[in-house]
Amino acid sequence: MFEAAEMLRIYAKYRGSAIVIPGRGARHWNRISSAASRDIPLGDPAMGGHASFAFGLALAQPKERVVLFDSEGDLLMNLGALGTIAEAAPANFYHFLMDNECYATTGGQPVPNAKNIRYADVARDMGYQRVYFFDQLEDFANNVESILAQPGPVFVHMKTVPEIENLPINQRPRWNPRTLDQVLADLKKELRVAR
Amino acid sequence: MTQQTASLSPETIYGELKKNGVTHVVMLPDSETNFLYLVMQADPELTLLHVAREGQSFSTAAGLAVGGGRPVILIQNTGLLESCDSLRGWGIGLKTPVVVIIGYRGWTRHGVNPPTDVANFTEPILHALGIHYFLVENDADAPRISLAFQEAAQTRRPVAVLVGDEYHGFVNR
Repeated sequence: MFEAAEMLRIYAKYRGSAIVIPGRGARHWNRISSAASRDIPLGDPAMGGHASFAFGLALAQPKERVVLFDSEGDLLMNLGALGTIAEAAPANFYHFLMDNECYATTGGQPVPNAKNIRYADVARDMGYQRVYFFDQLEDFANNVESILAQPGPVFVHMKTVPEIENLPINQRPRWNPRTLDQVLADLKKELRVAR
Repeated sequence: MTQQTASLSPETIYGELKKNGVTHVVMLPDSETNFLYLVMQADPELTLLHVAREGQSFSTAAGLAVGGGRPVILIQNTGLLESCDSLRGWGIGLKTPVVVIIGYRGWTRHGVNPPTDVANFTEPILHALGIHYFLVENDADAPRISLAFQEAAQTRRPVAVLVGDEYHGFVNR
């Protein structure tokens, strides 16, 4: 397992102009990113939808690279999304999965079969042509550039250290300096999307 | 009780989608929409996206809309019930201007259904979520679909179209 923040710092070196949906890594990514207008920290609109959202964006913006940092609890809620994504096979979509084996924001309870699901294998069997698994940060660091050089959809399963939260939600520090409306408005301006 | 004689053709619905510039159809097929599916499948300008659960459709549509696409969602009313949290978060929460065309399984026009029939729950669920809807039962009602597109764009919210008739065979072939 490795720290999500360390992984994101390494990824940032190779980001280029990609649109990044940082998912539950947003609290770190907001401090790491140098291109906020291309970041989409959504919070948690409804659990289970990040992969489909990122996929839809990738289809609508085929000339932009779209990078998602998904989490295993989210993905498990809509595992069928992998089939939808693989069928459409957007070449500009890069699907990273942070697997901390638990629901960290609710106190760290395990996800189903927490330690044993091989998500990269699942993604491959659902139709992703290129899948990877990393549980060592050094291996990730040595391979991320070549992974990003390949056409999507690519799936990267990473074992990350849980960052468990137990404070009541209204007592947790606010990590997103922008509202959801601002995030979406900034992105649309960046992409010159009128509506 | 009013006797319904007119019917709804898949080409009419398809024409409404084209008129309103739909780029992507996010759908989970059902018996009410199969004829429409065949029409859409033949159109190379429409991208059909097959979801595995209806809840996926709202997050997918949200991403498409943020990126400048114009999606429409095509599901059955059973799938509406499945989708409620996604509709709330990704549809309403992200201000997604999307029309949701919903096959109104169980719609009888006279309101007599078994207690657990999904038709009994469809409109109460839409009311609970604050989703405005139009009922379309035959070709003459089809302009209501354009009204739904206009309202979705103006309000930046999902707007529903309840299809109260199974699509019948093709009329022009």
